[in-house]
Amino acid sequence: MSELNDLYQEVILDHNRRPHNFRVIDPASAKQEGYNPLCGDRLTLYLTLDGNVIKDVAFQGSGCAISKASASLMTDVLKGKSVNEARELFDQFHAMITSNPETPAPDMGKLSVLAGVREYPTRVKCASLAWHTMKAAVAHEGGAPVSTE
Amino acid sequence: MSTTAIRPSAIGFDVAKVRADFPILSELVHGKPLVYLDSANTSQKPLAVIKATDDYYRHANANIHRATHLLSERATALYEGARKKAATFLNAAEAQTIVLTKGTTDGINLVAQSYGRSVLKRGDEILLSWLEHHSNIVPWQLIAEQTGAVIKVVSINELGEIDQDDYARLLSSRTKIVAVGHVSNALGTINPIKSMIAQAHAAGAVVLVDGAQAAPHLAIDVQDLDCDFYVLSSHKMFGPTGTGVLYGRKPLLEAMPPYQGGGDMISNVTFEKTLYNQVPYKFEAGTPNIAGVAGFGAAIDYLSSIDRQAALAHEDDVLAYATARVREIPGTRIIGEARHKTGVLSFLVEGVHPHDAGTILDQQGIAVRTGQHCAQPVMDKFCIPATIRASLGIYNTREDIDAMVRGLIKVKEVFA
Repeated sequence: MSELNDLYQEVILDHNRRPHNFRVIDPASAKQEGYNPLCGDRLTLYLTLDGNVIKDVAFQGSGCAISKASASLMTDVLKGKSVNEARELFDQFHAMITSNPETPAPDMGKLSVLAGVREYPTRVKCASLAWHTMKAAVAHEGGAPVSTE
Repeated sequence: MSTTAIRPSAIGFDVAKVRADFPILSELVHGKPLVYLDSANTSQKPLAVIKATDDYYRHANANIHRATHLLSERATALYEGARKKAATFLNAAEAQTIVLTKGTTDGINLVAQSYGRSVLKRGDEILLSWLEHHSNIVPWQLIAEQTGAVIKVVSINELGEIDQDDYARLLSSRTKIVAVGHVSNALGTINPIKSMIAQAHAAGAVVLVDGAQAAPHLAIDVQDLDCDFYVLSSHKMFGPTGTGVLYGRKPLLEAMPPYQGGGDMISNVTFEKTLYNQVPYKFEAGTPNIAGVAGFGAAIDYLSSIDRQAALAHEDDVLAYATARVREIPGTRIIGEARHKTGVLSFLVEGVHPHDAGTILDQQGIAVRTGQHCAQPVMDKFCIPATIRASLGIYNTREDIDAMVRGLIKVKEVFA
């Protein structure tokens, strides 16, 4: 099952068991709900912005290991980044998890553990839920829930 | 699970012979033999059905009811033949009570928009149950919004059965339509629809039964049930996708306005006034899925050719076996333990999200469905986000269940 181990790497299982930044920020500069109606994954993302910089980011919710680990890793990576850098990371991350599995995966540092998702097209929406939620949060600093369907 | 390894079941149902009728069951998935446990989502198709759609295109492809040439006669015979077969399958008194639809969802929308729109007034009530599939909820919400009717929902108990006391309490002279599933797609509960129909009639309501999940398992007799509408899908009962049946009581169908306008549903068209065709044709606008209907006819023939009582006994045996085996795995929780069930085992594995379990099972060739099963209210009722659902067809075996249990042990290892 080498293929499976590519997806469920120890780092991912660890973030699933003990997600980082799994808490509420109150008050938050932005609060955004994300929902995947097909599988029932739900998360709420909280952002503290200092001008254009993400000072703090946290999430709460329930979902599969992939969506939870992805949210956990994303919150780690986003701290200290500008909103524009966060948007660029969204694009790079999305490109990585939808890239051709035959080609070498782009290096995204600690986010690279999620590159295995590209072998599993049905799981792309799990890995991208937190990222879509973040994108919506910085776009209008909280609004209608986003959905990855 | 190679076909040769499968023992004939004790019930006298030759499951190995049935499996040999379904070519896809010898497919390899991720290099492993396919274990298909997702028949409530869509069933697999026997060779007879595949051949019937192929034969239609090779030997009979033409439009129906329209031309005088031989191919059109053949196509019409296949299409109308399937209607007669569906009537026999449901024990409907006459073929004119069978409307060929795109499937269950289409049938429910037809009844909601045609019957519902013509009878519902502000404050009238539509009674549903918490068990319903989204397709037996949303069409009623649409018509309720359009007419000012109100939706009432009958609760379910902790076993996943419709609360019959709550049903009796909610039925009233305001209830105009009761829409209820025969068998729950998410939990497998068989609802006591015959008595529910009798009670609804006593209250003056008309009843639509969503039979999508019942048709592949149970014998259906619309006259004995005394239902007003019964809808089903071909693809759940070993036929092609994109076709199905709406049975309707004839006086109701005759009084209902057309649902969609177009060719075949008219008898005379002028710009001053159009006269509609007879039932069931007035509900069949446009060129239908003729190849699908030809395959649907073959699926009904296939089901009629097997001993359905023995098939059901076999499926019940596999379901009971699956229930016992899954219960043995530490940390599993079965969702839906109704006293009368068929074909579905919904469950959770502690500490593992169903989606992750689904991916790991798939890597081992085991196809289950994970998620909400288009029944979000059921999930909300049990306060769970999703389940793993193993659902059975006549071709499943205890060996399939053994493979799933081995797969679930692997799932637990990954998440240990």
